[in-house]
Amino acid sequence: MIISELKPLEELQQALSEFDKLFLVGCAACATACKAGGEEEIFKFQEWLVAQEKEVTGSVVIDEACHIMRAARDLRHHKNAVRDADAVVVLACGSGIQSISSTVEKRVVGGLNSMFLGNVRRFGHYEEMCSLCGDCILNETAGICPVTTCAKGLLNGPCGGMEDGHCEIDAELECAWCLIYERLQSQDRQGVFARRVPPKNWSHRRKPGRYRLKDGER
Amino acid sequence: MSHLSEQLASGRFVVTAEIAPPKGTHLAPALAAVEKFEGITAVNVTDNQGANMRLSSLALAAQLQQAGTETVLQLTCRDRNRMALQSDLLGAAAFGIENLLLLSGDHSKFGDHPDARPVFDLDSVQLLDMTAGLMAGVDMVGNALNGVPHFFPGAAVNPAADPFELMFQKVSKKVASGARFFQTQSIFEYKNLERFMLSMEPLNVPVIAGVLLIRSAKMARFLNANIPGVQVPKALVDRLDRAADPMSEGVAIARETVGWARELCQGVHLMTLGHDDKIPGILT
Ligand code: SF4
Ligand code: SF4
Repeated sequence: MIISELKPLEELQQALSEFDKLFLVGCAACATACKAGGEEEIFKFQEWLVAQEKEVTGSVVIDEACHIMRAARDLRHHKNAVRDADAVVVLACGSGIQSISSTVEKRVVGGLNSMFLGNVRRFGHYEEMCSLCGDCILNETAGICPVTTCAKGLLNGPCGGMEDGHCEIDAELECAWCLIYERLQSQDRQGVFARRVPPKNWSHRRKPGRYRLKDGER
Repeated sequence: MSHLSEQLASGRFVVTAEIAPPKGTHLAPALAAVEKFEGITAVNVTDNQGANMRLSSLALAAQLQQAGTETVLQLTCRDRNRMALQSDLLGAAAFGIENLLLLSGDHSKFGDHPDARPVFDLDSVQLLDMTAGLMAGVDMVGNALNGVPHFFPGAAVNPAADPFELMFQKVSKKVASGARFFQTQSIFEYKNLERFMLSMEPLNVPVIAGVLLIRSAKMARFLNANIPGVQVPKALVDRLDRAADPMSEGVAIARETVGWARELCQGVHLMTLGHDDKIPGILT
């Protein structure tokens, strides 16, 4: 899921300074799961706004804020409350914020910073394991992603900063290449070490990404 | 043919030293410091070392080369994508630079621009492959070059790395990708160097052992805490701690390491961090 967190309150105070009445939008998917933009966070944010002497005209937690059409439909059910507001505050990831900003006429204020595509280690602990490079190498690296979990995204083995199997940027982190090596060994195969991996084709990751299912796949 | 490649080929023990470009445009002190180097085959010019922004290594190396000092141009993947790396290499060739030390580079986190976006479009193995391609007259996408560079590409290694076999997998890849010599991370333990040189034997690529002048126990502790891949063993830190004159103890330690290199390796790379006047003492 997309891991996001509330922006610093001082920054939000500044961003909201020109508005008195606000409508709040949360997201029931990722932003709820990482406790940044679910029912509970919307409620807390509303209390904070009231303490800032703002008026909240209404709120909604959209099923998936990243779904542009569904977000628009859900907001239409709150037409009047949105109309009464000076601006719409969205507690969702950057995708969700843009679904909303592309469907309402009002100014939209994003309340969250979006950080990464994260796995849940345990409740409240998120880790980035894939950075969506578009050309997956996991089958050769024993299911451990060097593009993401090696701090330098190296493809041919560890850098000179590896110390006792740990990463140069953080002694708490295990070096991705050490993990790949150990797992490949335990599987008794060479995997990625059998060849020199050529430079990555970053054209798969050209921004902005676009993808359409073919007619038969829809 | 560079002197470095000739001397290594002829089996003569080589000595390299290094110089860091200035932060700013004032090149005179660096040029003057290199003038005073004695008995040095080539001088490494560091590339935003430790991820600290400085004048371009290519610019200083070009100046040195034109003033008659042979250089080893260090080039990292941290600050340039594959296009910039290729253009810099062609530029280096145009200035007569042949010796290269091709590196991944320390992470930007360690330097004075920690907010910079690190590039790492290529890794050091891919950079070596690309350099071999340029030498064969083609760029990375196979376009023919008008004027083909000649290089003597080298790579870095940390012989003390653990797990050793994992580190050595990469060394083998670097050799397969055209590394013609290695310069090592600072050596502190004989047994690490010995084990490494034993594994290197079948590869038949010369190794220049890194020797770092450690001025004090304080510096050793700083290195251990802050410099990736550098771990000064406790025995040496204690020795510096006990020494009445830590600087001359540091010189003595460096001299011992040079002795190991004379026994096991094809050269030494001296890192004196501005104390170039100590070089003769280390080499005697
Ligand atoms: S290689 Fe890594 S970043 Fe790329 S798709 Fe696979 S897991 Fe994701
Ligand atoms: S220590 Fe390992 S994980 Fe960290 S940057 Fe180097 S190779 Fe990547």
